[in-house]
Amino acid sequence: MNTTDLAAKSEAGSQVPSHLRPQTRLVEVRQNILKQNDTVARELRRRFHEAGIFVVSLVSSPGTGKTAFLERVLTQSRQQHNVAALVGDLATDNDAQRLARSCAPVKQIITGTVCHLEAEMVKNAIEGWLPKDVDLLFIENVGNLVCPSSYDLGEDLRLVLMSVTEGEDKPLKYPTIFNTADVAIITKMDLAEAVEFNLEAAHRNIQGVGGGLVVGLVSAWGGGGLVVGVWGLASGGGGGAH
Amino acid sequence: MHELSIALSLLETAEEQSRQRGGVRISAIHLRVGPLSGVMADALAGAFEMATERSEFAGCRLVITETPLVINCPTCKAEREVESIQKMCCNVCGTATADVASGRELEVFAMEIDE
Repeated sequence: MNTTDLAAKSEAGSQVPSHLRPQTRLVEVRQNILKQNDTVARELRRRFHEAGIFVVSLVSSPGTGKTAFLERVLTQSRQQHNVAALVGDLATDNDAQRLARSCAPVKQIITGTVCHLEAEMVKNAIEGWLPKDVDLLFIENVGNLVCPSSYDLGEDLRLVLMSVTEGEDKPLKYPTIFNTADVAIITKMDLAEAVEFNLEAAHRNIQGVGGGLVVGLVSAWGGGGLVVGVWGLASGGGGGAH
Repeated sequence: MHELSIALSLLETAEEQSRQRGGVRISAIHLRVGPLSGVMADALAGAFEMATERSEFAGCRLVITETPLVINCPTCKAEREVESIQKMCCNVCGTATADVASGRELEVFAMEIDE
């Protein structure tokens, strides 16, 4: 273990005789720093399970195609399920407007300067909005592959998306988010050849950082079987985001 | 840059601990941070300094222990340290797994209190 005293400041008392310096006592405190978020997320998960709602979150970098993917998923899922979606962005409700074309209930969460969604934001967003008959809820996170990894949103399944234009080594550069996900989806597969995307290397890299991760391939005009795949995972109990 | 959000949560934790002990001054906070916590130790220390600048915790030190990445190897049936975050597999038999035994920590484990 590497221990680093990162904010070593000279104590004001260093010039003071030892008998006048305050005595320091080390006390053990076992507490997760994100306890507050984890508590809210646990409560959300319990509420979702009680209401029979399966919750899937989506994370990726900006421009991977989360919204295009989700629009298709919502449109297709509506045939079998009562779906709804929450979508997070720093500004604008453009994504909510796009997703609303699926005719599913959609709500935008505008985070302002916050680069990720937190459980409290989800809790506030569903209050008085989430229709009672919903059985499948999607939460699209802010486009960011770093910060969302630390925050549990009460989801059952976390999908991480990467596009072929981002390169095969994306998982190696952002290992934490891939490791905390249950499913990886490679988008824009119709562009794979044009950008000389190496699918084998991508698979190897995904498995390297998240052993056993389920991988799906989609393009804007394909990937129709995926919804069934995701729901299949749901029916099997899912993995649960960590 | 979510370290500032995390630093603010840390400050809340410290305030709560101080309050529970009758308003004692906390001079240092000891943390455990794992490689899969999604948090950079240096960035967290900088954000904490910023978050506490004008508070009663100004000057409070952060002592960060970076924990190793350990998996539960399904083949060896044992905990094994992982050599690299890019290669989540057993360092003895090579089995790939996402079953993490340690490495997600983002926790306070001790505080130094002035009396």
